[in-house]
Amino acid sequence: MAGVRALGSLSRLTTRRYNLTMFPARTHVNYEIKGDVAVIRMNDPSARVNTLSVQMQREMTEVMDEVWGNSAVQSVVLISSKPGSFIAGADLNMIQACTTAEEVTLLSQEGQKMFEKIEKSPKPIVAAINGSCLGGGFEFAIACQYRIATKSKKTVLGCPEVMLGLLPGAGGTQRLPKMLGLPSAFDVVLTGRSIRPDKAKKMGLVHQLVDTLGPGLKSPEERTIEYLEEVAVEAARGLAKKQIPLTKEKGLMQKIQDYVMSYPFVRQQIYNTVQKKVMKQTKGLYPAPLKIIECVKAGLEQGPTAGYLAESQNFGKLAMTPESKALIGLYHGQVTCKKNRFGTPEKEVKALAVLGAGLMGAGIAQVSVDKGIHTILKDTTLEGLSRGEQQVYKGLNDKTKKKSITTFERDSFLSNLTGQLDYNGFNKADMVIEAVFEDLSIKHKVLKEVEAVIPPHCIFATNTSALPIKDIAAVSKRPEKVIGMHYFSPVDKMQLLEIITTDKTSKDTTASAVAVGLKQGKVIIVVGDGPGFYTTRCLAPMLAEAVRVLQEGVDPKKLDSLTTGFGFPVGAATLADEVGIDVAAHVAEDLGKAFGSRFGGGNIEFLKSMVDKGFKGRKSGKGCYIYQPGLKRRDVNTEALEILESYKLTPNAAISSDSDIQYRLVSRFVNEAVLCLQEGILANPVEGDIGAVFGLGFPPCLGGPFRFVDSFGADKLVEKMRKFEEVFGNQFTPCQLLLDHAKDPSKKFHK
Amino acid sequence: MIRASKKEKCTFHFHNTTVNIFVGLFLSVVFSNHTAKSKKTLAKPGVKNIVLVDGVRTPFLQSGTIYADLMPHDLARAALQGLLNRTGLPKDAVDYIVYGTVIQEVKTSNVAREAALGAGFSDKTPAHTVTMACISSNQAMTTAVGLIAAGQCDAVVAGGVEFMSDVPIRHSRRMRKTMLSLNKAKTLGARLSLLGSIRLAHLAPELPAVAEFSTAETMGHSADRLAAAFGVSRLEQDEFALRSHTLAKKAQDSGLLSDVISFKVPGKDIVSKDNGIRPSTMEQMAKLKPAFIKPHGTVTAANSSFLTDGASAVLIMSEEKALAMGYKPKAYLRDFVYVSQDPKDQLLLGPTYATPKVLEKSGLTLNDIDVFEFHEAFAGQIMANLKAMESDWFAQTYMGRKTKVGAPPMEKFNSWGGSLSLGHPFAATGCRLVTTVAHRLQKEGGQYGLVAACAAGGQGHAMVIEAYPQ
Repeated sequence: MAGVRALGSLSRLTTRRYNLTMFPARTHVNYEIKGDVAVIRMNDPSARVNTLSVQMQREMTEVMDEVWGNSAVQSVVLISSKPGSFIAGADLNMIQACTTAEEVTLLSQEGQKMFEKIEKSPKPIVAAINGSCLGGGFEFAIACQYRIATKSKKTVLGCPEVMLGLLPGAGGTQRLPKMLGLPSAFDVVLTGRSIRPDKAKKMGLVHQLVDTLGPGLKSPEERTIEYLEEVAVEAARGLAKKQIPLTKEKGLMQKIQDYVMSYPFVRQQIYNTVQKKVMKQTKGLYPAPLKIIECVKAGLEQGPTAGYLAESQNFGKLAMTPESKALIGLYHGQVTCKKNRFGTPEKEVKALAVLGAGLMGAGIAQVSVDKGIHTILKDTTLEGLSRGEQQVYKGLNDKTKKKSITTFERDSFLSNLTGQLDYNGFNKADMVIEAVFEDLSIKHKVLKEVEAVIPPHCIFATNTSALPIKDIAAVSKRPEKVIGMHYFSPVDKMQLLEIITTDKTSKDTTASAVAVGLKQGKVIIVVGDGPGFYTTRCLAPMLAEAVRVLQEGVDPKKLDSLTTGFGFPVGAATLADEVGIDVAAHVAEDLGKAFGSRFGGGNIEFLKSMVDKGFKGRKSGKGCYIYQPGLKRRDVNTEALEILESYKLTPNAAISSDSDIQYRLVSRFVNEAVLCLQEGILANPVEGDIGAVFGLGFPPCLGGPFRFVDSFGADKLVEKMRKFEEVFGNQFTPCQLLLDHAKDPSKKFHK
Repeated sequence: MIRASKKEKCTFHFHNTTVNIFVGLFLSVVFSNHTAKSKKTLAKPGVKNIVLVDGVRTPFLQSGTIYADLMPHDLARAALQGLLNRTGLPKDAVDYIVYGTVIQEVKTSNVAREAALGAGFSDKTPAHTVTMACISSNQAMTTAVGLIAAGQCDAVVAGGVEFMSDVPIRHSRRMRKTMLSLNKAKTLGARLSLLGSIRLAHLAPELPAVAEFSTAETMGHSADRLAAAFGVSRLEQDEFALRSHTLAKKAQDSGLLSDVISFKVPGKDIVSKDNGIRPSTMEQMAKLKPAFIKPHGTVTAANSSFLTDGASAVLIMSEEKALAMGYKPKAYLRDFVYVSQDPKDQLLLGPTYATPKVLEKSGLTLNDIDVFEFHEAFAGQIMANLKAMESDWFAQTYMGRKTKVGAPPMEKFNSWGGSLSLGHPFAATGCRLVTTVAHRLQKEGGQYGLVAACAAGGQGHAMVIEAYPQ
């Protein structure tokens, strides 16, 4: 007995001293005691960023218990050893592995408990933040008594859960309103936006900022973390000795705000306003923001117990919603599409030439020069060139106004841009992207001219939205170097890049195009060649249907509200105006020729009449709507309605309810997408979903056409299409792959 | 004798010092050449020898003190006249004048010319002004060297002036625009409508800041980050600052600062001493709060150079001309380099980059240098440079060199004080450094001296100076 006890006490002793040798070593969290301060360092050895995984949480709990139990420790510093990441969030796999809401609720409650202990820690804890501090990591940090952040460009704080259809489930909805006040807290939690360090300091989210360091006796990243730790250790000591106060004297504005907020009816007013705003923006299609409001309200009106309970339960519920699954799917898809599955190209593109300084060409130049790529922007006229260069300047200058770059950075980015009218310097180009007018003969002319001046290794990329690449490449002497790069307008805002390869395009050419796109910050899908490729091909039948709906007498505003009501960020009529009625007409005609009656529906002649009248959409000031500079309000273009009058169709009442119209639009889109996969235009459903959401605004809450089929049910969709098929014929005939999925419910596009 | 012993010390470098002195005493007659150094002299065949005849400066005063009511060219004038008095140089013997300045007084944008005219130089002597932040007068001197080397001139006066007691404060851009339009407005109505467009905010003035244009970071902030990057502690910085003040005080008291001339300030007394030298105690210095990065920074007012008014001037000649005019030159001005690097993270590392480069150019090693004069912008900056020069990793990673150059031994380093204590009138410091090297070489009996300095814009400079045989 005595022996056992002795052994027990011995082992206790040795655990403390020889922690690492006696037990399996901790891999994610370790700590060092510096005088009276325990420095806890996090580092997930298996990942690029730290996440609050099961392992991380378990080790953190162990370490915290040891630290709390150690009487020599007066205060604690929590820091990550990873450059660029404090804690990037909870481990999504952990949530996805759960099958019921209750399991997720339990996860949330464990997190809440852990952070409650952190918040009530008798020894002050300083979160020393360098790099991403998001989601669960952010909630961890705000549970600490004090926060110090580096001014690094990689340091961002925020709770992006809402963008994944979730809510901050570890106390975030409860602590933030107390820290920031109701309005700011709603702003942070509901938008999920990333907060930069200087803004975080102003808001009171962090107490102290630390500069990033340059070269010294160690690498800048390494030394910056060390420096952050040194400063944090000093602060921790100051806190323990009460030399640094924990509560800041409230400013006058803060006091006034607190006073106003103490009236329940004021708070009620805020809840209502926020609720209305959320409903307006989400059309009620996204449950997460509403649940967030619910949690905040519960905490403030019914006390913390009710608040925390609401938070964990709603977190569990949200995790099981199709919306959340769709958004998480998109997140994973986006990560996948930010990788180059074609490997590293033989030669890095350092010198780029863009032909055509129009909206697209200048946009492509803008997203290249600010990544350090030397870019020639060539146009045929001085006016065109001047307009294009001004667009690049304005794009970058707007960023200086938002303070995301300095004027000096703007100038140095612009020094990468050369505007010219001739082919001077093309002999040193590694890649040429042409963005000239969408006309095969012009593209041919340009291709021949360019091939005469570029070096053998240079890639010729063509930016087209519909012309088959192989038709363009037909006149090329080196078709293996020809590839399609379909950018979306406005290039600096739209994340998607659709890369189109022909059967002659070499793998290295593809790898190089993807590498350039990634450098430009794009999310990339690589698709096969064919009329309209993937994105344009999906959009065309939907727009054809939209035209038919208009012809049936549905007002453009009504059409827009039906589409946005389904989750599209931009209504169909507005989208046509944005794309350009002329472009739509052009594409509809081309694809109509290629695919026949399946692409029919609305009358192309209507579009042509619009173009003849000069109603080309937003760019010409008139389309379905009238656009006036400086005016946000848009009126329906009555002249367009007059044109419609002569193309009037009588709607069939059986398939013209609001919901029918929505499904007529969406099912044609989705069917075409599935057909693209069936035909091998698409390599996989993930790229299909990403392309549709990021390029065409397919409802993110549905996760893309493929996830939509999975969650809605292929059989139900086929059933709807059959009904429409009876009236409209083959435009609604489901494709074979869709039928296969309808027949066998176990078939899913996403596992 | 001291000089002789020094030569021998290096010949028999395996002996210890006592033996050296002993051997030196007896063998100096036999071994009279400079075999110890990597090179006997830096004179090159076919290259003109260019000499520093003499150098002077006005006392360096904290800005806002006795010089407060002057203008920059007044200070420059005083330095120029001081140089004339000191050298007895006939005014018309000067072929050219080059002057440096950083913060320009708009009324005297070519301050070189205004000062030269005011100092009574011949109006036939052309003069121009150069600017290169804290190495402006280094640029003035090397411009002079260039003019002589190219055979265009034989005698050039170079110098620098900085006057921080008064700096140009401008109206805001909006206000300036309105005022300029007002000049062009023809009718009363047009003028009134312009006047009406003025808002209170337009009246806010624009103050100049000691900040980088490219990064908008103030220099003190950058210095604090640099010190942190190299792990320089507050204590180290305070110690170095105290050393600077202590050595400066000693040098001042022992009359070593012979480059300082007396200057009768109109309406005030004659000034003949620098007034920023204030040796304090470590305890006193430790009490100061950080000046730039709060609350955890390490750069304070006490371990930074202070805003200073002052001017300096040197007479540079071809050796032939100097000898022909009967001068006994003080030193040869030999190889020099300018370097530049990242203005954000390596703003103040000029000396680290310039030192190995100029040594290589001269074919010398760090051991050959007897006297080091580095510009002390901040104690943290000096300590960071010393650590960088002592680091193989830094040399390999950032300078593309195989090994470190090594840090100068402290006993040879800024031993008469530096910019931290003597003061730092931006554009006047360069000439002070060169003149001090020449004086120290004479006094201490060394042969080679090295000047190095950092400057805003991430630039740097170094020059090798060789003692003129006595």
